[in-house]
Amino acid sequence: MLKLFKIALRNLSRYKRRTLLTSSLIAIGVMFVLVFIAASGSFKYIMIGQITDSMLGHLQVHKRGYVASIDSLPLTLNLSAKAVEKLEKAMEAIPEIEAYSPRVKFGGMFSNFIETTNIRVNGVYPKQEIATVPLFLSRIKQGEKTIKKGEILIPELLANGLKIKVGDTVVVIATNRDGSVNGKQFVVGGIIESVTGPGGRDGYMHIKDALEVLRLEEMEISEVAIRLKDFSKLNAVSNRLDEMMSKELNKQGQPVFDVRTWEKLSPFYNVARMIDVMTFFIKLMLIAIVLVSIMNVMIMAVFERVREIGTISAIGTKPKKILNLFLIEGFSLGVFGAVVGNILAIVIVFLINLLKITFNFGRQSGLVLSPSLNTGDILWISAIVIIVSVVAALQPAFKASKMEPVEALRHI
Amino acid sequence: MSLVNAENLTKVYRMGEIEVEALKSVSFRIEPASFISFIGPSGSGKTTLLNLIGCLDKPTSGTLKVADVNTSDLTRKEAAEFRGENLGFIFQDFNLIPVLTVYENVEYPLLIVQNVPAEERKSQVISLLKTVGVIDQKNKFPDQISGGQKQRVAVARALVSNPRLVLADEPTANLDSKTAFMVIDIMRQMKEEFGVTFIFSTHDPKIVSEVEAVYTLQDGMLIGRSQEKGGRHA
Repeated sequence: MLKLFKIALRNLSRYKRRTLLTSSLIAIGVMFVLVFIAASGSFKYIMIGQITDSMLGHLQVHKRGYVASIDSLPLTLNLSAKAVEKLEKAMEAIPEIEAYSPRVKFGGMFSNFIETTNIRVNGVYPKQEIATVPLFLSRIKQGEKTIKKGEILIPELLANGLKIKVGDTVVVIATNRDGSVNGKQFVVGGIIESVTGPGGRDGYMHIKDALEVLRLEEMEISEVAIRLKDFSKLNAVSNRLDEMMSKELNKQGQPVFDVRTWEKLSPFYNVARMIDVMTFFIKLMLIAIVLVSIMNVMIMAVFERVREIGTISAIGTKPKKILNLFLIEGFSLGVFGAVVGNILAIVIVFLINLLKITFNFGRQSGLVLSPSLNTGDILWISAIVIIVSVVAALQPAFKASKMEPVEALRHI
Repeated sequence: MSLVNAENLTKVYRMGEIEVEALKSVSFRIEPASFISFIGPSGSGKTTLLNLIGCLDKPTSGTLKVADVNTSDLTRKEAAEFRGENLGFIFQDFNLIPVLTVYENVEYPLLIVQNVPAEERKSQVISLLKTVGVIDQKNKFPDQISGGQKQRVAVARALVSNPRLVLADEPTANLDSKTAFMVIDIMRQMKEEFGVTFIFSTHDPKIVSEVEAVYTLQDGMLIGRSQEKGGRHA
């Protein structure tokens, strides 16, 4: 087999320019795909990181039915203290969970005593919230980077619209579960920006203040955001937690808890999916480039070497060895193109990291594009290229192996 | 026992609607260690006959036994195996593999076809390259040597696998007289030394004058056989 490799490589070196051209085409294709995967992957993971680390968390648990009516933030679908206790117990049994943050969410009226508008309030335990969404503090643009009792962090949109500054007094009014209305004054502790743009209306206050506004004597929780130690274990942890919590049934025999990953909670997941779809189509383009290039080169190689095929066949080379000879040529072109493409991609990714290219996403600016190539992608793309190269060489190789020696020797 | 035994060998080529009878009921026998030639004008069927004996083609009718094997029954794979083990070929245009050196060209049948161990392979190749007088050129590629040297390499390649029969189609057509005689001498020497049978297809009077027997073909028919230099024939 090694000798066949040697002959195949000599045959490829016979037409240096053509071999280099084909290999270059494959190498550029491989490089382009790998750089795209690295850059889009970096963009995707920065975006996912921004969304999960600023607001969503990696996972969230709600009472079943809450997410379907999340726009109205229904108080009637809060988790009871007993349910939260069970959930906490389950979460403590999962070592992959780094932190979690219980939240009470409600919609209310927000007034600066001159104008009134609506607001979505998140009552949180500050330490737990910061541990679960560590970029939360970076969203506070004005004021102290904390949430104190008696203070409220208001969204930038409201602050600008109602001309409210840090230190101003405002009032939050909310309808309680029993239908009564309650209000409470707060000092504006800070102004917070939205993750994805200026349209957000989410304000933050201490959870105890939220319970007071809602006149809740017992702890009730709208959602629990969870952060994992290792994001790659998202689905495994989600499934495990879901399995543990699915045993808790309500009076109707339905599960009480609803465990969802960030993907099922954020519309950005569709953007991430689109990036994956684009990557898939770019891989298809690479396959087409390799297929056409190798097939073209191998068809020409067979056509140009008809007499030679006749000669080696006449002196006793079996059809299978002739087939292998041409397959090895296709394989070698693929390997060469893949190796050079991988090297080029690694160099370009290194240069991009060196240049520290920045971009903006929503309100976040100066995000550094930091593409990285993982071994899995390199191996996967290389495998695709090599397999497609061999497949592309199959037809010409079969043609060569099926040639009648007497016809081939007659060829001029 | 004859090395080649042909009985009523007929070969018909179909070219579209037209059928061309290249060989018409040809019968002959060739004994081992012969040095014989088929002659005849262009289109007389010489190359067709050599192709049939060389298992490169199959007769339309009749039987052909080479080394006691009915070659018409062989599959493509079996025919390749048979050629690799029993036959050697020398072509008019040398047909050396351009990407292999002189040494590698001669080594090819032992390496790719017969899988001979490295040491044995090396000694056989070196010995033959010495015999045909191109040992000095062993690391050169075919395009770096002369036509005569190329044909000597082709002779060495044909003989390296110890075939029982070597088929040479116009082996001297592209050589000058001096080189042609040199190549014929080498082949005769090989025949004497190893008992290999050589069958030529040629127009070349130099070969005709050197062979033991001449078979004449005309319009696909064997019209005569004559003995030269007292050689053996059937």
